[in-house]
Amino acid sequence: MEQRTTIDKSFKSEPYQINMGPQHPATHGVLNLLLTIDGEIIQKVEPDLGYIHRSIEKMCERDSYQQIVHLTDRMDYLSSNINNEAVCLVVENALELEVPERVKVIRTIIGELTRISSHCLWWGIMGMDVGALTTFFYGFRDRELINDIFEETCGARLTMNYNVPGGLMLDIHPNFIKRVKKFIVHFKTKIPEYDKLLTENIIFQKRTKGIGILTKEDAISFGASGPVARASGYSCDVRKYHPYSALDKVTFNEALRTEGDTFARYKVRIQELWESLSIVEQLIDNIPEGEHRVKTNAVIKLPKGEYYQKVETARGELGVYVISTGTKSPYRLKFRSPGFSNLSLLSHIAKGGKIGDLVAIMATIDLVIPDIDR
Amino acid sequence: MNIPLNITKTIHDWLFSIMPEGAASIVEMFIIALVYLGIFTVIGLFLVFLERRVSAWFQLRIGPNRVGYQGILQSLADALKLLSKELTGTVKADKFLYNLAPYFVIISALMALAVIPFTKEFHAFDINIGIFFLIAISSIGVIGILLGGWSSNNKFALIGAMRSGVQTISYELSIGLSLLTMILITGSLQLSEIVEVQKNGWLIVQGHIPAIIAFMIFMISGTAETNRAPFDMAEAESELGAGFHTEYSGMKFAYFFLAEFINMFIIAAIAATVFFGAWLSPFGITESLPWLGIFWFLGKTLSLVFLMMWFRWTFPRLRVDQLLTLEWKYLLPINLVNIIIMALIVWLNLTITF
Amino acid sequence: MTNEALQGIISSWFPNPDADKVSEITENSDVEDGSEEQPEAQKSINPSLLEFIEEGSQFLNVLVQPEQFYALMSQLKTNEETCFDYLFCLSGVDWGEDLGVVYHLESTIHRHIIVVKVKTEDRENPNLDSVCDIWYTAEFHEREVFDFFGIKFNNHPNLKRLFLTEDWVGFPLRKDYVDEINMVIK
Repeated sequence: MEQRTTIDKSFKSEPYQINMGPQHPATHGVLNLLLTIDGEIIQKVEPDLGYIHRSIEKMCERDSYQQIVHLTDRMDYLSSNINNEAVCLVVENALELEVPERVKVIRTIIGELTRISSHCLWWGIMGMDVGALTTFFYGFRDRELINDIFEETCGARLTMNYNVPGGLMLDIHPNFIKRVKKFIVHFKTKIPEYDKLLTENIIFQKRTKGIGILTKEDAISFGASGPVARASGYSCDVRKYHPYSALDKVTFNEALRTEGDTFARYKVRIQELWESLSIVEQLIDNIPEGEHRVKTNAVIKLPKGEYYQKVETARGELGVYVISTGTKSPYRLKFRSPGFSNLSLLSHIAKGGKIGDLVAIMATIDLVIPDIDR
Repeated sequence: MNIPLNITKTIHDWLFSIMPEGAASIVEMFIIALVYLGIFTVIGLFLVFLERRVSAWFQLRIGPNRVGYQGILQSLADALKLLSKELTGTVKADKFLYNLAPYFVIISALMALAVIPFTKEFHAFDINIGIFFLIAISSIGVIGILLGGWSSNNKFALIGAMRSGVQTISYELSIGLSLLTMILITGSLQLSEIVEVQKNGWLIVQGHIPAIIAFMIFMISGTAETNRAPFDMAEAESELGAGFHTEYSGMKFAYFFLAEFINMFIIAAIAATVFFGAWLSPFGITESLPWLGIFWFLGKTLSLVFLMMWFRWTFPRLRVDQLLTLEWKYLLPINLVNIIIMALIVWLNLTITF
Repeated sequence: MTNEALQGIISSWFPNPDADKVSEITENSDVEDGSEEQPEAQKSINPSLLEFIEEGSQFLNVLVQPEQFYALMSQLKTNEETCFDYLFCLSGVDWGEDLGVVYHLESTIHRHIIVVKVKTEDRENPNLDSVCDIWYTAEFHEREVFDFFGIKFNNHPNLKRLFLTEDWVGFPLRKDYVDEINMVIK
């Protein structure tokens, strides 16, 4: 009789835990999510981080400012140029260094091209995560073209190191303008193709609409930024509110949607492709002549004080917070990475969904793990 | 021994002339088994190669093109590689079931292959319950998947296996009912007779509207039955790693892999047989050359295989609850209504025959 | 809103009891008057418990004592005039002697920014109030600060190591952290 009661107990359903990652196709890197699941329904998502933590912030405390620029490439490697720009801007602002107009325009063009290439890759991965493997190659096809342009100009494809405090490492390649124009023409025909292949697909819409809803209040409270926040109707584009480089000279619309679901986040990024393309288009014909770099001291020492610079990377708001004591290295340097804040809301919006929903949500949050782990 | 094995009349007669009847039957069975094993491997490997080339074509790539002419031997090389790989497994796996599972999958696929009418002559096992046999056999495969997922002691594999069980059990209904719709026209379950009936026009033409609906339902549920995208819940790569075969390696993995492709071929072959007249040429243009039947049969089957590949490389994956909604709320009711319409059409003699 | 106006509002929330005696300013709990006068003569005695620093930073900096910290933060969030609803950066800092946390706050309505700093001298067992019930994002950021600086946050729902393993000894981003094997120090 006693045995029977134990058997009855064992037939009760109970939640179980699985480790999604650190080696899992949907986590795009070494993120480990500890899922508590009841059948297929997710009850809790607990991220376990640190698999590629390199303590860049500690390394910054020993490095010079020129060296720090190189470290930022390795954070959010898909928007490395924008990360570089952030550190350069904070140094230039602290030194009250006026960089030439030419530099500002080129930085903005390169930054927006980086955003396009990052979103191309994201689009490919997004399709792959919901099961459409073909999108990956379409996304990479167009990303390759941008990478080729970058390679010609600065010699690298992923970790560019093109920005240095005071300007640019090198002037743009003579082919740069021609190739970027060619790319604009090419890419304008490709975004509708993206829509045709994935956006308009009924299965894709069923998979994403109404999934992982993030309200505007929660988005603000969770410190969300970038497309994730803008899909919830929270207007937070740093390019609009705190324009840097040549972004105050261009007109563009902030991609905003109000639904806050996975599909809205998807659409925001697709719209951002158009906006970034239009920014590049506005600037590419008007690159002013001039120097590509102003001279700085070989050893840059920031005046004593605290400096903060926000930029908009492809994932959201990147903040660089520097406390300087007047030496050649910062006393403390903190990167406020967009991925870290965006990850913190994953558990909140994935709760109650299926495993498949979690994968779709993760794809639209667009996590880059080195950005979170730093 | 009166099993209707008739691979070719000549070999059959020759064997029976030199041996006593019992021995001849057994020898013939062995020969047929070997021939079908060969067909099985060749089709499996060829479809793997075809899938890779088709997907490459869809994805702006070239695909395998180095091993042999246009890479045709690539999948053979891969099979050799898989043969030489170490068989790994989890420590706490249920060893017996873990090793048994791939055989369930592959044997059920092999058995189903025996009923397929490649040509009028080349049709190993023409039993009078052909369609019924196919449906019954194809549901054995899911046992292998369930066992594999359960016994490998991995939660991802278990989720994949459970999904696969849910999916196969649901979609089997649709497969059965859509074939039943067509059987209303033929009045027979025997595959050779089903083909015979189509000499007056392929069934998809004879049955017109309900037949087209049945064909569409069959292709959808057939894709689901073979666990292929957009219904690849069981091995949803981005969700479960590899699903039920996460813990399998080497040849055991290859069995699952091959079985998937053979199952795809079988589904396409059933569709070609039931809806498109198997080895019959269109309008009987090559009726005088019966050996061309194999060409027509493979042509039709491979076009349908291509269609299934097309699905796979364009559509995103459904979510598991959407998959069940699709079956139980849409396909099944449509199917039931479709059967009634077909019954009325057959009863009122509204079929189109030439 | 300008930094001066912000300073006026915020300082009125936490009047210094000593300053009260001197200037006999009655406690002013409602804060609708943004440009409240700050008598120049009271520079020697801070009229507020808060300390404002504006040099060396592009934002308004507030240094607050740990005792008033939580009350200040919830006021900053809930008050309609300040309405700092967006905590965009939370960084732990080792000031040498003190351990502290720096909060960068922005209002999504008024678009003004404030920096709140809080320090504690206790290096062995630093304790600060958690703000993760005010801004959800603080939960992760505070775990990060706990991980690297060892600052414990009261009322944090899930305070454990985030990046490092549970058995890691020491707090790497502190200035006195020594790890001769893994760190390259110039």
